[in-house]
Amino acid sequence: MADAPNNKALHRFAVLTALTTLALIGLGGMVTSKGVGMAVPDWPTTYGQNMFLFPVGQWVGGILYEHSHRLLGSLVGLLTAIMACWFWGRHARGYAKWLGFGWVTLGLGLIGVRTQGAFVALASVSLLVVIFCAFKLRMAKEPIMWWAMLAYSLVLIQGTLGGLRVTQMKDEIGIIHGTIAQLFFLLICVLALVTSRFWKRVSEQDSVEVGGLRKLFLGVSLVILLQLVLGASMRHQHAGLAVPDFPLAYGKVWPKTDAKFIAKINRERMDPREFNEITAGDIHLHMTHRLVACSILGLVIWCCIAARKESKSPLLVKGADLWLGLICVQAILGASTIWSNKSAEIATLHVATGAICLVWGGLLTILAFRVSRVVRSDQPPGVVVNPEDRTNGVDPLLVSVPTF
Amino acid sequence: MKLFTKSLRAVDLVLVSRPLEYGNSQKTKREHMKNWLIAVAVMAAVASPLKAGDVTGKVSLEGDRPAELNLPLDPSCGAAFKKFNPGKKPKTRFYVSEKGGLGDVLVVINGIKGGKAPTKPHVIDQRGCEYLPYVSAAQLGQVIHVLNSDPALHNVHTQPREAGNAEKNLAQLPNGPAIKFDYQKAERFLKFKCDVHPWMYAYVSLVPHQYFAITKADGSFSVKDVPPGEYEIEAVHRKVHTGANYKGVKQKVKVSAAGGKADFTIKLQ
Repeated sequence: MADAPNNKALHRFAVLTALTTLALIGLGGMVTSKGVGMAVPDWPTTYGQNMFLFPVGQWVGGILYEHSHRLLGSLVGLLTAIMACWFWGRHARGYAKWLGFGWVTLGLGLIGVRTQGAFVALASVSLLVVIFCAFKLRMAKEPIMWWAMLAYSLVLIQGTLGGLRVTQMKDEIGIIHGTIAQLFFLLICVLALVTSRFWKRVSEQDSVEVGGLRKLFLGVSLVILLQLVLGASMRHQHAGLAVPDFPLAYGKVWPKTDAKFIAKINRERMDPREFNEITAGDIHLHMTHRLVACSILGLVIWCCIAARKESKSPLLVKGADLWLGLICVQAILGASTIWSNKSAEIATLHVATGAICLVWGGLLTILAFRVSRVVRSDQPPGVVVNPEDRTNGVDPLLVSVPTF
Repeated sequence: MKLFTKSLRAVDLVLVSRPLEYGNSQKTKREHMKNWLIAVAVMAAVASPLKAGDVTGKVSLEGDRPAELNLPLDPSCGAAFKKFNPGKKPKTRFYVSEKGGLGDVLVVINGIKGGKAPTKPHVIDQRGCEYLPYVSAAQLGQVIHVLNSDPALHNVHTQPREAGNAEKNLAQLPNGPAIKFDYQKAERFLKFKCDVHPWMYAYVSLVPHQYFAITKADGSFSVKDVPPGEYEIEAVHRKVHTGANYKGVKQKVKVSAAGGKADFTIKLQ
């Protein structure tokens, strides 16, 4: 990795990609919240036309959200391709460089074919590339370029899954699509972080003890990821609010789920959006989401306490405090989603904030590993590692990225 | 109708033409008697379809129905709705009710077979960003045509529950040609929806025979031409009788040439 001045443009570009990805997740959340995911029944075409040429005048009703989501997804794909080339061009050597460029070019070229078969073929190869990237990450001298290539391959898979969700009409694909979106966002944010000056400054800090924080942060982040999967599963039931009140559930701590009760709530539920009927499974899923939310709140409070006790790093303490703030905002948004009878706007904010919570936890985990790595290194406090000083072609900062 | 005509001709032959023709001889009397017997046999053979009757009745609603909600129409749909429904407010149609009756109830006779599926298609239309009719029924094998009379794009997305009836999602241009659906399995309240306009729904029940009806807003119904006998008759409302198979209220009905009567009360509690 180059030093900060050289990285500024790349960092900014990565931040732009991350922000665009967040907007894309928000728009995807809006598509599901509005219940318009199938408003454009064909893919990769839009109402039989090339989607990039679909007349603006016909972006009405649900088409507006679904079509915008597709276009924004294409933009994120393009940004990721540019970013991957940027990283690859800086770090790859020899034939690998041209192989990487070739893959990106092939991907973009096949996207231009705009047939479902081409996309499926592309996604299949992308899956192999993802596996290969994961393998290379363990031993590569320049892992950052493999992270970037992994992001590019992942975005190709993600786009194809989004399309197949429409053409195959499978909600299961939608859940996977929603989950990969969160992981992709995290990956792009990691790339933005490691290209920042801040990342370099962290390495220059005095040694700090972090105790068991790394594992704690990682564990809580994984619980948040689980919560996001639960949320995606709830949203893709298309059953609206399975439990319409909060903090109680149908006036009780745990609601009844017998057939008679389920029939009654379905009979009495009035909503122009005409959601699918609520099932006992939907109620259990909803209640599990609430329980996991409470657990996350408790766990993040624990993180804040542990950060103060086990680490003297103000960075980690502040980071954990901000994480708690985000979780609190998310909890309020979750409650508001219920109180507003699943208003599409509030539900979408809830989705986007959930993604930010995961990213924050993920970045905090990486930072905890980063800080602890500085402790483990033999660098005396205050010594600046020049990132351009590669020893045997190995960038010490870059090595630290995948081995956090 | 053909059978009816044949039987009338036989009666005419026996009662009117033959006695005058054969006179009073012993032989002609025997032949006359023979013809009488033939005529009775023919009449008996053709009598049963003639005795088919209509089962009529009313589905009443007991209990307070929830207030219907305004539909969140977007501006373009709002204009289309006004054009097709001047002076009417776009509302949900969960519990259509007039004079104590309950509309949009599927009334179906169980355990009966019969009737060829009509060759005329069952038509539902998208007009003013509403599906019309909202709840309807067709005989299995009858092709369903979905029209788009709106100046707007719609997608027609079917969501069957029955295994073997495939989910479909097709684009339909403004005033475009009819989209045809030919489902092979009987199913109650098969949902047709538009995802462009998420408030647009229609439900079509596919019944394996011809003996069914959908109640009017006042709850009245008439199941036509039911052969005489005793049957189980069921009234199902898609919102009241939720669940995987939509099991409704059942009762027995006796049908004779004069028809049959079956009144239902559906309770909201």
